[in-house]
Amino acid sequence: MTMPSASAAAPAAQGQPALLSLRGVNKSFGAVHVLQDVDFDAYPGQVAALVGDNGAGKSTLIKGVAGSHIFDSGDYVFEGQHVHVHSPKDANALGIEVVYQDLALCDNLDIVHNLYLGRELTRRGVLDEATMERRATETLAGLSVRTVRSIRQQVASLSGGQRQTVAIARSVLWNSKLVILDEPTAALGVAQTEQVLRLVRRLADRGLAVVLISHNLNDVFAVADTISVLYLGRMAAQVRAKDVTSNQVVELITAGRSGSMGLEPGAEPEDVRAELADPVPPIGATVGAEGTGSQATAASREDTP
Amino acid sequence: MSTTTTAVAEEEAPRVPAPVPRELGTALSDYFARVRGGDVGSLPAILGLLVLFIVFSILRPNTFTNSFNLANLVNQSAAVMVIAMGLVFVLLLGEIDLAAGWTAGTAAAMMGIAVTRHSWPWWLAVLVCLLTGTLIGTVIGLLVARLGIASFVVTLAAFLALQGVLLKTIGEGGTIAIRDSKLLAINNNTMPVWLGWVLWAVIVGLYAAITLQRAAARRAGGLQSEGFSLILAKIVTIALLLGAVTAYLSRERSRNPAVSSIKGVPEVVLLLVILLVGLNFVLSRTAFGRHVYAVGGNAEAARRSGINVKQIMLFCFMIGSTLAAVGGILLASRDNSISPSTGGAETLLYAVGAAVIGGTSLFGGKGKILDAVLGGLVIAVIINGMGLLNQPSSVVYMITGLVLLIAASVDALSRRRAASTGRV
Repeated sequence: MTMPSASAAAPAAQGQPALLSLRGVNKSFGAVHVLQDVDFDAYPGQVAALVGDNGAGKSTLIKGVAGSHIFDSGDYVFEGQHVHVHSPKDANALGIEVVYQDLALCDNLDIVHNLYLGRELTRRGVLDEATMERRATETLAGLSVRTVRSIRQQVASLSGGQRQTVAIARSVLWNSKLVILDEPTAALGVAQTEQVLRLVRRLADRGLAVVLISHNLNDVFAVADTISVLYLGRMAAQVRAKDVTSNQVVELITAGRSGSMGLEPGAEPEDVRAELADPVPPIGATVGAEGTGSQATAASREDTP
Repeated sequence: MSTTTTAVAEEEAPRVPAPVPRELGTALSDYFARVRGGDVGSLPAILGLLVLFIVFSILRPNTFTNSFNLANLVNQSAAVMVIAMGLVFVLLLGEIDLAAGWTAGTAAAMMGIAVTRHSWPWWLAVLVCLLTGTLIGTVIGLLVARLGIASFVVTLAAFLALQGVLLKTIGEGGTIAIRDSKLLAINNNTMPVWLGWVLWAVIVGLYAAITLQRAAARRAGGLQSEGFSLILAKIVTIALLLGAVTAYLSRERSRNPAVSSIKGVPEVVLLLVILLVGLNFVLSRTAFGRHVYAVGGNAEAARRSGINVKQIMLFCFMIGSTLAAVGGILLASRDNSISPSTGGAETLLYAVGAAVIGGTSLFGGKGKILDAVLGGLVIAVIINGMGLLNQPSSVVYMITGLVLLIAASVDALSRRRAASTGRV
């Protein structure tokens, strides 16, 4: 697959090697080809936003990275090494942590217990509460989390933003290198969203690679360094956030294309290409213009089975 | 933006202020705040116990409060307490074991057969009993965890089936008489007075040592620790409370001391203390115990955290049934025999009631081993006191049902309160 000019090449120009590189990844569920030759990169110290409409394949891509699904084909390169990730444990061992949308926290346990859930520190078989509490306090302080009254309060008594904070803090407690956040601000108010976004930024500033899945482009532009757009299972573009406008990203999400960026007409899936026998008039070079052409393309896409 | 590196993180190096130790006053006000917020814990059971004690002491000043009756109370309730301890593990998962009572009976029957018909030594018979319980728990646990059948259904089936097994082993209308002195001693004999006081000293000493050591370790680690006043208050309370009970039980309580002297703490108390301390340690100080609470609180979160949820469930059912078998030994020892109704009738309901009255939630994730002991005492006091008031069993059942209902209401109301104040 030929990369459109403005995609993954741009972030690579910074010299930092990618922490995670997916090349030509495919995944099918039965007859449904969910991911088609997807390339994706995540860099240390950067927030890579992953956007796309419902059903574009974001979750499948993330689950593949996290080991919940196994890619059918393609290269999974982590820290320059080809790796095989067959289970969430493999991913954890590499330093990949996922914070799921429906926070995986236990309401009846306190913050320290939740942070160490499943990986409790023990000394001679006995829980080492003192060390866990100290390290949890340090981690939260290191992330500049100051909104929590007591680290020993039950998670049930926390606000949505605080719960999200605990879930995120839990992912960085393990010297993780790549943190994947699935819609971390979906159910939050304005102030809490800002609080969580600041935390996301801080993770990247600490040198972690962060992948942020979001439907909210305001959030994406607030924190992301790169934006990757999935469109019907294909990577439409991976661009630097400051090189694009919100409108262009919307076009990429809905039509897979915006101006010179995105999927080339020839690169359409075969069944779609058949419908596009009548070539779409080239979209004007004017940036941000919501060309009627792309609208029409989007419409025709929806007709395809 | 992306050029900012770890330097920022280092600048923000954690500066945690040294916490002030928690003194008695703070701890008390924290506790009242928790209770007001709906986290009542064992408070209803303790208050209920107090009220029942006062009421029965007034109504039957001579019979209820004498030390003979109090020692009797311990022996009467020991089996239900131990079965309830096992049920706490199952209830913490949000599951139920309806078969615990008949598990106790069946396991006791195996012990009885081993010790009478095969003349095995008592300890081997006890081992057979415990293994029977573990086996039953394993089967129930596998069916619930692996096959995914609701525990209510699996244990209801076991409830019926084990009743049949017990009837088959003992024979219709038959009984197995226990004559082994060791087995009879477990839930009938009392330890010498001096041993009771040694036990008291060991418990208080260990409690003090552990509390002080933990506070010291936390202070050394720069964490908030318990202040001296709080630790002292805790230790003194424990020492006085247990001391009072020991002193009372050390009094001569034989009706005819010249013939036979009965004084001292019942031997079964030693077993109860060991189980209480040991199981409490497992639940609150080990990773396994933490995982039990996690599975009960949010099984999906536990699974994603890498906890083997099915294994935890299996272990909890195994522990529950093994403890039920221990309860079976106590029942057999108390009755001097095993009959087809051992562990039947209201044994299970009393055990579930004990755990719930003590503060263990039927919805999972909340409960302690101590709940089983406190709840078991409440039930035993009701049955014992009503008996002394010469009330027919019809009234006893109705009152016990009412108390259980009150306990469940307290649980439900405190939950609602907790939900509105953000505690669970």
